[in-house]
Amino acid sequence: MSSQDIPEENLPAAQRGTHAPKPADDKNPFADPGLPPHEHRIQDIDERAAKRSERTVALLFTVSMLATIGFIASFVAIPHDKSIYVFPLGHINAMNLALGLTLGVALFTIGAGAVHWARTLMSDEEVADERHPIEASPEVRAKVHADFKQGAKESVIGRRKLIRNTMLGALTLVPLSGVVLLRDLGPLPGTKLRHTLWNKGKLLVNMNTNEPMRPSDIAVGSLTFAKPEGLDEHDHGFQNEIAKAALMLIRLEPEAIKDKRELEWSHEGIVAYSKICTHVGCPISLYEQQTHHALCPCHQSTFDLADGARVIFGPAGHALPQLRIGVNDEGYLEALSDFEEPVGPAFWERG
Amino acid sequence: MKKLSARRRHPLAALVVLLLALACTGGLYAAFAPADKAQADETAQSLAIDEGKKLYAVGCASCHGTGGQGTTDGPSLVGVGAAAVDFQVGTGRMPAQQPGPQVPRKKVIYSQAEIDQLAAYVASLGAGPAIPSEEKYGPEGADSAKGGELFRNNCAQCHNFTGKGGALTHGKYAPTLEDVDPKHIYEAMQTGPQNMPSFPDTTLSEQNKKDIIAYLDAVNSDDTVNPGGLSLGGLGPVSEGLFGWIFGLGGCIAVAVWVAARTAKAKKS
Repeated sequence: MSSQDIPEENLPAAQRGTHAPKPADDKNPFADPGLPPHEHRIQDIDERAAKRSERTVALLFTVSMLATIGFIASFVAIPHDKSIYVFPLGHINAMNLALGLTLGVALFTIGAGAVHWARTLMSDEEVADERHPIEASPEVRAKVHADFKQGAKESVIGRRKLIRNTMLGALTLVPLSGVVLLRDLGPLPGTKLRHTLWNKGKLLVNMNTNEPMRPSDIAVGSLTFAKPEGLDEHDHGFQNEIAKAALMLIRLEPEAIKDKRELEWSHEGIVAYSKICTHVGCPISLYEQQTHHALCPCHQSTFDLADGARVIFGPAGHALPQLRIGVNDEGYLEALSDFEEPVGPAFWERG
Repeated sequence: MKKLSARRRHPLAALVVLLLALACTGGLYAAFAPADKAQADETAQSLAIDEGKKLYAVGCASCHGTGGQGTTDGPSLVGVGAAAVDFQVGTGRMPAQQPGPQVPRKKVIYSQAEIDQLAAYVASLGAGPAIPSEEKYGPEGADSAKGGELFRNNCAQCHNFTGKGGALTHGKYAPTLEDVDPKHIYEAMQTGPQNMPSFPDTTLSEQNKKDIIAYLDAVNSDDTVNPGGLSLGGLGPVSEGLFGWIFGLGGCIAVAVWVAARTAKAKKS
């Protein structure tokens, strides 16, 4: 049925609550056009169309119910480790797919049903609701003021100054208990940031094999990560310690090392640098063996490992700290001291 | 003697004779064959080197120098070993198409036989890592969980947690490890192609390498089960967030606009 051949007798006779237009006058310089005349939906006029809408909404809600049952059924029936192949998604966990699809359908059809219901069957007449003034009437205001004065007088707060002053004192002090709890945010770091586990005589242990290394193990162009001897991955506090002690070992041709101090602190071209970026402390080990640059993945700070780990790009404030290394009597690589400066990002008292 | 002839019709006599004959043949073979084989190998090896030298002169010498000594256009190949050649030529990176920040993976233009000949020639220039045999990178005896730890410690900073690759400086990048032959992954770790650092057996043991390859096979192959589906490149929160904002929110907005744009009135205005 098109909108043109609706029988006249079906049209509602009057338009209720229409906001009437008002011409401009002295008080309101702008004419109020009022609301346009209300137009009816096909469902307002034709009962059969309304029935159809009802059935559509009911169908959507029923689909939602079935999908919820499907959700529960797939949770119960599908083994959680079963995988299937679905064309654009590839190999995917069957249960996850079923749960997602059924829950998605269940939620979507509730929403779609509600929208369709509101648009076709709920009343769509525009009703103007005039605002009332925010200000209270003068009588109410006068009464509230009088009550307040009366209350203040009866509480004797103006006369008994001792009560007033102690009350103010109590109210001022009580928030301090909240402030003092902040003390539990932890003890101050003290000198913890200035020291790592590295120390004179500590062997450099390969993170991959958990074995100490000899200089001959480290080839030119290779990259190795080392931890101080005695630090085990399963130790309590391993993460806290390795966060400061993480070390990357590379080997350069000694003549390729441009920085004099770097050469002095190296051993046969093997140099050891802190793996912690001096900007905000990301692990930095994107090492390019031909350019000798190390790149930080977080903010692209780039360090030239052949030139004292000087910052050549990015926001890092200072060079990566170098660890002085040598070999012990048995020919294993060892640290000759702790890092000379605090590793990682700068902090207030770093100096 | 009589004893022997008396037993020649014994049911087990044929078996004994057969065993004796086999032992005899085997012993003779063991005594003579290896020498022949070694000689044959040596001949084949020198033949391969000769053939490789010819291929090298045509395809490689213009950048790497006539004797592999290197020029301003290409590094020296003395001591890089057969593994480096097998990786570079076997993944199509060499011969390079044009100079640039990084030589990309492309179509392989040499056959495996030719690559082996080239590798034999370059290996003859100076000792270096050999092409690994299949049991070194095969799945037997590999621990993919340990491989995951090693991968995250040594490789993930550039190649991403599941080997999807990532960007480096000045146009260089760590390529994706998807569909890369396990042999080539092994060779890359051993030789450190281009700007990748090497991970020699002395610091990343053969077992470690095997574990890493098993891990990559588990997380980054065609059969990898992705519990959530639609990995969006596996690049982490950036691509996932972008997808959520653009397609998730965008889809909601599109539906809202579509609903509001269609009037429910009987008379269309």
